[in-house]
Amino acid sequence: MSEPLLKVRDLKIGATIYPPDAKPHDIEIVHGVDFDVMPGKVLGLIGESGAGKSTIGLAAMAYGRGGVKLTGGEVWVNGRDVLQSSRSDVRDLRGGEVTYVSQSAAASFNPAKKIMEQVTEAAILQGKFSKADAEKRAIELFRKLDLPDPENIGTRFPHQVSGGQLQRCMTALALCPQPDLVVFDEPTTALDVTTQIDVLKAIKEAIADTGVAALYITHDLAVVAQVSDHIMVLRQGEMVEYGDVDQIINAPREEYTKALVSVRSIEHKEKTPSGTPILTVENITARYSGTNFDVLKDINVDLHSGQTLAVVGESGSGKSTLARVITGLLPPTKGRIHFNGRDLSNALSSRKPEDLRELQMIYQMADTAMNPRQTVGTIIGRPLEFYFGLKGAEKQKRIQELLDEIELGEGFQDRYPAELSGGQKQRVCIARALAAKPKLIICDEVTSALDPLVADGILKLLLQLQKVEDVAFLFITHDLATVRAIADSIAVMYQGEVVRYGGKTDVLSPPFDDYTDLLLSSVPEMKLGWLEDVIATRKMQSGGN
Amino acid sequence: MHPILKLVAQRLSLGIILLFAASALIFGLTEILPGDAAQAQLGQAATPESLANLREEMGLNRPALTRYTEWIGGMMTGDMGNALSNKLPIGEQIGKRLGATIFLASWAALISVPLAILLGLVAVRYQNRWPDKVISGSTLTFISLPEFMLAYILIFIIGVKLQWAPSFANVSPDMPLLEKLHAISLPVTVLTLVVLAHMMRMTRAAILNVMQSAYIETAELKGLTSFEVIRKHAFPNAIAPIVNVVMLNLAYLVVGVVVVEAVFAYPGMGQYLVDAVVKRDVPVVLTSGVIFAAVYIVLNMIADVVSILSNPRLRHPK
Repeated sequence: MSEPLLKVRDLKIGATIYPPDAKPHDIEIVHGVDFDVMPGKVLGLIGESGAGKSTIGLAAMAYGRGGVKLTGGEVWVNGRDVLQSSRSDVRDLRGGEVTYVSQSAAASFNPAKKIMEQVTEAAILQGKFSKADAEKRAIELFRKLDLPDPENIGTRFPHQVSGGQLQRCMTALALCPQPDLVVFDEPTTALDVTTQIDVLKAIKEAIADTGVAALYITHDLAVVAQVSDHIMVLRQGEMVEYGDVDQIINAPREEYTKALVSVRSIEHKEKTPSGTPILTVENITARYSGTNFDVLKDINVDLHSGQTLAVVGESGSGKSTLARVITGLLPPTKGRIHFNGRDLSNALSSRKPEDLRELQMIYQMADTAMNPRQTVGTIIGRPLEFYFGLKGAEKQKRIQELLDEIELGEGFQDRYPAELSGGQKQRVCIARALAAKPKLIICDEVTSALDPLVADGILKLLLQLQKVEDVAFLFITHDLATVRAIADSIAVMYQGEVVRYGGKTDVLSPPFDDYTDLLLSSVPEMKLGWLEDVIATRKMQSGGN
Repeated sequence: MHPILKLVAQRLSLGIILLFAASALIFGLTEILPGDAAQAQLGQAATPESLANLREEMGLNRPALTRYTEWIGGMMTGDMGNALSNKLPIGEQIGKRLGATIFLASWAALISVPLAILLGLVAVRYQNRWPDKVISGSTLTFISLPEFMLAYILIFIIGVKLQWAPSFANVSPDMPLLEKLHAISLPVTVLTLVVLAHMMRMTRAAILNVMQSAYIETAELKGLTSFEVIRKHAFPNAIAPIVNVVMLNLAYLVVGVVVVEAVFAYPGMGQYLVDAVVKRDVPVVLTSGVIFAAVYIVLNMIADVVSILSNPRLRHPK
């Protein structure tokens, strides 16, 4: 048997942390990990955020992001320990033997330089190709990755191509210098499901064609199952389980792996609508000022008290714009919004305090939706003061009640957002929305920035709160698993229109229209060979990405 | 029309309005102050009759609006008029003086701008290590010293003790270039030291800001050296803020040289303006003021155009 291309032994990685109320100190984030990658094979690294998977991936390039330091162990690439190599050897390794594909190509391409220059830079720098040959190879890769107009796409700037295309350009960037190993760091996570599937296919074929080995990092087991030969499950800087794909997916040994495989355990039976709806969206058409096309076209949906309407669609389908219209941030050009027995004014400025109170929002990025200099108590207490005039002990008591409701106990009142985990932050945002005793909460992608297990917890909490508080949710998401978990009714949006609308069971049962079929079939499934099956059977191509 | 040309046209027309406003403001302020050119020339002991005569002769007894519109009318036809105090044509005087000031400012800019940017790049490369600290510390020291103090220290050390350069910047139009440069070497040094810190700190801050971006990591993972990463990937994205500070400092080199020109007895705009203010020579003050304002407006416009040109998102919309 041949030598491994990448051999990692007892890898230890540390970082310096700066807690708000203590001295900076060093902690260990990866506690001794061992693995091999054989030439031409793909190893999937999987785990939740904080598992150390990106950190381990970058260690293969002898790189520590931010304050991360590679503190111990050995990382052998092509027979030499890169942790002991000189600076100039490490520079030859990076971009030559090992290359990197990041999660967000949009952020990882230099906005000031043309795509071709960036794709060929490493290959030319490492002396692998002349400029002309590197460009020829790049065009070949563009073609292989199904990019439109492969001859000329390199002359564009990054902002002139779409997100899915840029992600494929990033793959071309990584493959251009003919590396031995590519580190893929969540390369499809930021994409729509329908785009993800094409990028995934392109990456998989490119790996097969070039015979390159790869580390494929992701939090999505269903995705990694499509491209890997082996999978390593990581948790909090330690290996949980290692095996070939078939074993991990179909016969996981460890409890944690089982939880990952069976995530989304929520069973939610659809409630049938009764009585008059709490929210009626009637013939809403809207456009942004300065543009000449409608982003929303004649939208009609209802939502009943205590129920959940899920609005699904890709980015650009108009689902967030619908939320902006309902909240009054974007006055529609046509149509009206009927809420809790009255017509809502189109413009935010002419809505009454009661309208504002009864209609609350929770956002995707809990981080940026909270003032980092306010404590949790202040954040939740603000709507209590503003809408109900609560003060002193009464306010404190109510804050604590709300904290209990979101399953955060005593002692959280005085903490700052920076001291909370992602899931806890989102819970605080939920409590803040609940503090106003709303009739309707608009949830805009509230779980998309969270790990699956954490997201699961948030969804369970939301369902339970719905029962207790009898609040309606308008749930905006691109994630169909989430929709299955919590919706009572579903509206599928595509290019500003509702293409399918009804109760959950009806919407999710065949016969489907072409778009819903594409959307549903694009959700990665945890079985081997799924990718090939879908590509072969789908009726509609995903558009323009 | 090309968006950049449109912007330039917009800025130029706005600039002309601004110049009118600036001249009106300067004129208004000189009118509010007690005394006038006649008083300044004759001094405290002048009799009311002689004052009245001189005012009549200078045309100061006409209404303010008439004098202002007369000056504006002259400017529009390219005639800057004559100075009140010595009757010399203003245009000719300013031509000589402005040329001298721009000569001084250009050499200071030619040295300080590349030096500031280079020092900024080095400071980023060795961030928080000794080269960064030495660069920041020394440039900040120079900017903290008052200009005249810095000038006198340099005159004392270089001009008097070492005798490497003349303490007075005597230049005349018929001097050969090298001699001129030798004559102005001290004022150029002072000006360079004064504007260096601002531009260097901004270069450092703007690039450090860009260094946080994900594409810097991409560049590092391609195996580029630290300096290549800064030069090829960080600097092109930091041009806009740097250019703005550079232009602000170039404007300062033209407009703010009053003290340095006075210390080195350099025959530039600064001295001319100070003289005119002392003599309450309103047309000269107005004309100089408007020229300074125009320098600011044009340099800022150049900064905006360069910022836009450096950003492909604005240069090539989708």
